[in-house]
Amino acid sequence: MAGASEKGLNALGVADIRDGLAAGDFTALEVTEASLAAAEAASDLNAFITLTPEIARERAKASDDRRAKGAALGPLDGMPVAVKDLFCTEGVLTTAASHILDGFVPAYESTVSGNLRDAGAVMIGKTNLDEFAMGSSNMTSYYAPVKNPWVGPNGEDLVPGGSSGGSATAVAAQICPAALGTDTGGSIRQPASLCGIVGMKPTYGRCSRWGIVAFASSLDQAGPFARSVKDAALMLGVMAGNDPKDTTSAPNAVPDFEAALAGGVKGLRVGIPAEYTMDGMPAEIQALWDQGAEWLKAQGAEIKQVSLPHTKYALPAYYIVAPAEASSNLARYDGVRYGLRVEGDTLDEMYANTRGEGFGAEVRRRVMIGTYVLSAGYYDAYYVKAQKVRTRILEDFTKAFQDVDVLLTPTAPNAAFPVGAKMDDPIAMYLNDVFTVPANLAGLPGISVPAGLDKDGLPLGLQLVGKPFDEATLFRCAQALEEAADFTALPKYLGGQG
Amino acid sequence: MSYIVQGDTGDWEVVIGLEVHAQVASKAKLFSGSPTAFGAEPNSQVSLVDAAMPGMLPVINAYCVEQAVKTGLGLNAQINKISVFERKNYFYADLPQGYQISQYLHPVVGEGIVTVDLADGTTRDIGIERLHMEQDAGKSMHDQDPKRSMIDLNRAGVCLMEIVTKPDIRSPEEAGAFVRKLRSILRYLGTCDGNMEQGSMRADVNVSVRKVGETEYRTRAEIKNVNSVRFIMQAIEIEAERQIEVHESGGEVVQETRLMDPNKGETRSMRAKEFAHDYRYFPDPDLLPLELTDDFIEGIRATLPELPDAKKQRFMDDMGLSAKDATTLVADRESAEYFEAVAAKHDAKKAANWVTNDLFGALNKAGLTIAESPISADHMAKLLTLMDDGTISGKIAKDVFEIMWETSDDPEKIVEDKGLKQITDTGAIEAAVDEIIAANPGQADEVRGGNDKAIGWFVGQVMKATQGKANPQQVNQLLRDKLKG
Repeated sequence: MAGASEKGLNALGVADIRDGLAAGDFTALEVTEASLAAAEAASDLNAFITLTPEIARERAKASDDRRAKGAALGPLDGMPVAVKDLFCTEGVLTTAASHILDGFVPAYESTVSGNLRDAGAVMIGKTNLDEFAMGSSNMTSYYAPVKNPWVGPNGEDLVPGGSSGGSATAVAAQICPAALGTDTGGSIRQPASLCGIVGMKPTYGRCSRWGIVAFASSLDQAGPFARSVKDAALMLGVMAGNDPKDTTSAPNAVPDFEAALAGGVKGLRVGIPAEYTMDGMPAEIQALWDQGAEWLKAQGAEIKQVSLPHTKYALPAYYIVAPAEASSNLARYDGVRYGLRVEGDTLDEMYANTRGEGFGAEVRRRVMIGTYVLSAGYYDAYYVKAQKVRTRILEDFTKAFQDVDVLLTPTAPNAAFPVGAKMDDPIAMYLNDVFTVPANLAGLPGISVPAGLDKDGLPLGLQLVGKPFDEATLFRCAQALEEAADFTALPKYLGGQG
Repeated sequence: MSYIVQGDTGDWEVVIGLEVHAQVASKAKLFSGSPTAFGAEPNSQVSLVDAAMPGMLPVINAYCVEQAVKTGLGLNAQINKISVFERKNYFYADLPQGYQISQYLHPVVGEGIVTVDLADGTTRDIGIERLHMEQDAGKSMHDQDPKRSMIDLNRAGVCLMEIVTKPDIRSPEEAGAFVRKLRSILRYLGTCDGNMEQGSMRADVNVSVRKVGETEYRTRAEIKNVNSVRFIMQAIEIEAERQIEVHESGGEVVQETRLMDPNKGETRSMRAKEFAHDYRYFPDPDLLPLELTDDFIEGIRATLPELPDAKKQRFMDDMGLSAKDATTLVADRESAEYFEAVAAKHDAKKAANWVTNDLFGALNKAGLTIAESPISADHMAKLLTLMDDGTISGKIAKDVFEIMWETSDDPEKIVEDKGLKQITDTGAIEAAVDEIIAANPGQADEVRGGNDKAIGWFVGQVMKATQGKANPQQVNQLLRDKLKG
């Protein structure tokens, strides 16, 4: 297998490793050791909260044994993957990057990470994130920020985006070929864009939420990171599926996403939503967006202007709905049954002490916003109104999808920014999700594909948004974009190179 | 039967609404597969979902939904084809999620009617406002340790139906009759076991008072968690008196939650809260709206048993029972079934007499329920058969009943063993009659002289001589033949 000798094991993608393992070019244990070594070498990036070398080696060996007996399980058997530390993993510390979950070791495995495990994938560790997935920079982690493997023009450390920043960094720095993330308002797509990799948020309900620490239940959705569209498609195929333990998971059959990549975009109708042109958006992002449309057009797609008139209300609505659900979802972290407990003289005092110390500033802010918008007297003005906005946003998309098959937009309004920036201005931080949030509110699938570099040499992504449960078309179009963009730039830090 | 309280300033009436919490008779909890058996070791019936571990999700128990719909149909109520589970948010140590999943704006069951039977034989219709499903909380125990409180989550997540009446109840008696009738309906339906002492049913009682003739409601107080019919009635009496006193002394009744103290015979305000609870209800995003199809609802309707009102009507119309007997017999499903088993082969009125007088009398005296009766319906029916076919007299039957009560034995066996079979052999009876007449010539002459009453004396003597086993009709006939013939 050419890939192995020329690029080194760490540079191989999911499909490369699948094929190499099948051809006997290397073993799962070798690939896993390369991943673990890269993770150690890149420890300065702080991408992982917990590395799981014993589990990884054990699973890799088991995979090699299966393969030796001719009983390999499928495309991900023996595949090293990183798992966002929001997925509960059996017998492995699960923190949500929060002090409040100190010492919490679940006795159960989330459905999605369990699907990977059952398919033979090899978990190498649990990745860092914004606390409870609340953030766009990874700055809110109790376990310190993650660094983007790309660096600023003056060598400054940059954020990987968030909240799934650790997973994005692990894949971008070639520590592992793929990783699990979750996306509530852009937490997969935005860091994928900032780290120069592919990040995919499937349709709400495509993957089970069971065993994922909940942030905002009506918006949360698991998805893959990888360095190619095909690799992301292979990952989702294993992650997805109906789960009787999550009644919001969809009964829809999971198609063969890899097979669906073939066929190109000839005749595909691609919508360009006028409302995504934002005041003050960097010209190079606008230019890349235009370029993306040209690339697709050149391959035979039909480019159409569409209107999503309620777009400007999406971010405000999101910052009502998500905190409202979060304020309730996070009520269970009360110091009574697991995680951190800070004693007090009364029950109420114990709650206040535990939650005051256990939650970081951003989580406390969102819990307070959420509590406020659900309060008597404010509920109708905020929560009910936001739900109405949500309905309108979905109607916008439904209408647009009568004329087009996918939508093309920028993924984020900026490239990676320096560690520590925007922390004193939550609104500026929240604006990072302005292009990604509408798909969450409408439950639609979205994918970010690395498409170019900005003037500072930092990656920029383009986003495609598809119809509900039409990930197949989305992947197909994303691959066309990927081929045209031919994004080959590499970050400064690569785990495999030490 | 109006319930009027005479105050210093005039006559007052009481306005009562009840919120009854009834535990659904389901082996599993509302949103998890954990068992619900009463009295298990603390925290032995707790799943990951019940303990609100991170990432756990509720999955609705279809059986519980069926029971709620069945109950709604039994209350003659509107079934809402779309209902919504919402989160009621508050912190307490025995509420692991930090919220209770309940139904708020869109309950599964809407308005209905329960007809209650009052002691004077009249009935009253009490309106049902709604029925909704919700999770129970766990139990906090403050008496296990000097410094710490202990939490038992066995109840956490158990399915409750909250059944809310309209403020239609006007007296403690009506309130008691309502709860008994509701419990009866739930037991007929099998949707709740109705065991108040085990906490399967408990009520919040809303009480206000107003002057007779007033049409507006005055401020009400809510007495929480009252767990017996007697306490409910008592709480209403006490609370009404308290409120009347407050009104009459120029004070103002405060809308608040109170607790009933049956030992002191008072209600008292629960610890004053610095601020009112704001439960921040919102639709639970983990659960889709509950949608019921017509087929589902009609399928349940088809399984409904005959309910007490219909049964009572049938007992009166088809079996000729009095309203009083019918009401008594249908009050609980087991009694009605017992009676029907006995009446199947016998005259219904006679069966009703024996069941309501002899059996229920004995049960009441012994403090037993029909399910605990030492006399089975089968044996009771046999006892009636023994009377019908003349094997024993009614009088002997009373004695046999006593023995059955003590021994739970088969009446046929008792009659056989004790030799209680009625003597129908005319020769044997005649011999006894002749003997008595011969021994009492004076009384015989009186009868012959026209004193019919004296015949009764002879009957008694003959019965005595035969230990009650002679057929009284035969004895009577023989005496008449011999003395007057």
